[in-house]
Amino acid sequence: MRPFKYSNASDAATAIGIVSANPTAKFLGGGTNLVDLMKEDVMRPTELVGVTRLKYAKIEKKVDGVSIGATATNSFTANHELIREKYPLLSMAILAGASAQIRNMATNGGNLNQRTRCTYFYDVSMPCNKREPGTGCGALHGENKNHAIFGWSEECVATYPSDMAVALAALDAVVHVEGTNNTKRSVQFANFHRLPGDHPENDNNLKHGELVTSIHLPVNQFADKSYYLKIRERSSYAFALISVAAALVTDGNTIKEVRIALGGVAHKPWRASIAEHWLIGKQATEANFKAAAAAELKNAKPLQHNKYKVGLAAKAITRALEGAMQGGVYGAMEADSTTTNNN
Amino acid sequence: MEEQPKLPDLSEAERNALEELMPDEMSEIITSGIKRRHFLKLFAVTGTSVLAAHLLGIEQLMARSMPIEQQAPMLIENGINLSFKVNGSTQRLTVDSRMTLLDTLRERLNLTGSKKGCDHGQCGACTVIVDDQRVLSCLTLAATCEDKKVTTIEGLATGNELHPMQASFIKHDGFQCGYCTPGQICSAVALMDEANNGDASYVTANVRKKSKSIKLSDEEIRERMSGNICRCGAYPNIVDAIREVHGDKAVAQVWQFADGTI
Repeated sequence: MRPFKYSNASDAATAIGIVSANPTAKFLGGGTNLVDLMKEDVMRPTELVGVTRLKYAKIEKKVDGVSIGATATNSFTANHELIREKYPLLSMAILAGASAQIRNMATNGGNLNQRTRCTYFYDVSMPCNKREPGTGCGALHGENKNHAIFGWSEECVATYPSDMAVALAALDAVVHVEGTNNTKRSVQFANFHRLPGDHPENDNNLKHGELVTSIHLPVNQFADKSYYLKIRERSSYAFALISVAAALVTDGNTIKEVRIALGGVAHKPWRASIAEHWLIGKQATEANFKAAAAAELKNAKPLQHNKYKVGLAAKAITRALEGAMQGGVYGAMEADSTTTNNN
Repeated sequence: MEEQPKLPDLSEAERNALEELMPDEMSEIITSGIKRRHFLKLFAVTGTSVLAAHLLGIEQLMARSMPIEQQAPMLIENGINLSFKVNGSTQRLTVDSRMTLLDTLRERLNLTGSKKGCDHGQCGACTVIVDDQRVLSCLTLAATCEDKKVTTIEGLATGNELHPMQASFIKHDGFQCGYCTPGQICSAVALMDEANNGDASYVTANVRKKSKSIKLSDEEIRERMSGNICRCGAYPNIVDAIREVHGDKAVAQVWQFADGTI
């Protein structure tokens, strides 16, 4: 690891001041991604400012929803009563990610700022426009089994790895950030992360030195019918091949509101807006779920090794919507297919 | 006869290491300890580039009974003055900002129970408990641990009495090579608290139902322990060991000593 200066920030203004003044300085949250990337020599900050002691660890009820602090840990957030009761989709998504140890360390702000797990990004001997702009994309014509099927560019085909962010996209969250001179702004979640375009080195639309302080979850009626489905190569502690955050509000069996977001398919959490529009006013049936998923996936542009993701995503959307209709109860739909040898 | 400084007894491994370094002088060193002329000889037999490493090695060998502060590395960049609690005792030391908690425990505090498996947060062998939460010490910078309370595998037993989780791992043979075991046990100990708090997991039937103190199924134990990899594949026994501590009744032991071995 390369040498760097370190300080624990006691207030946000100091932390923001230090990072803003140094183009190679970074905020350090739980460190579960950044410290690893520094060991791999992928990221080379000359200065780190620890932000986990800042006063942004609260989860609070607001008149128009719930505010979750950026320095609250993923574990604390997933298990908070307000989140479990009113936003079970977010709890499920967080608990689908990483391991208990990592969720205990990782902060909410850090989760939104984690980097892709594209193997070309991690391997410093390989070309990667995200790591080193102008060197090319090794994955575009290389091993791209885990890469994007939506929204990629010739410059970058990486996917965004967070599960939490997929749920936040479905919930229309708003990210609160603070910059220098106490400037504050709010970013709609859909505009927080970005597609790669010509600048894949930028994962999101934050300016250097801007600090995420909290994430706002607007009031919604989805708690009764929401489900997070994660499909991966082993049953736990693996990144998603495909994940789906699905939430519905129905009147009888008629769909009044629906939210579908996909993970593992693009450079940012992918809102399946085409499928959502298709479903409004329709009956909540398997046939309609399948038709909506097919409409969304019609626009997919798979790469050489990830054509399987198109079919898998369609099936996953259907299953996630069915899971949501069944109340988001884990195992309600898998009960037939899995062995129940646990006691 | 000249006065010799008092030196700690050498273990076999330490003797071997010294013997390799200076075979001619070995018997004399063991009886009389290292003297100035042995160090001078080191200058002669080693290139200057490796000299520092040898000196450091000797210092480490001989420093077993000396205060920990004396093992401080020779070069620290961006030093951080750190004060935190490890297994109940306050530790104060200066660390390079790059030092992880794992390396600090192992290299500076001689607590080598916590293991370095992958060093990238993927295997769980380095799991320790910080402020009552299980975390990965390989991805935790020591500099972030100011004022924190760290518990490692060395801090679980009370005197000669094993922690119930340690005893249960032995009873159920929850390991083969043992390398992942300190991490597994620290993880399992913290898991018991999480279950008592009613925390949910990805396989919890309904996250909206929050109840204090939940009963974990085997599936729940497996999901919640998925951050601890065991290459020997002792998983069924690890689950048994955890179930015994978590549950209120004894779990049958699936093995026994062969006749005559004890």
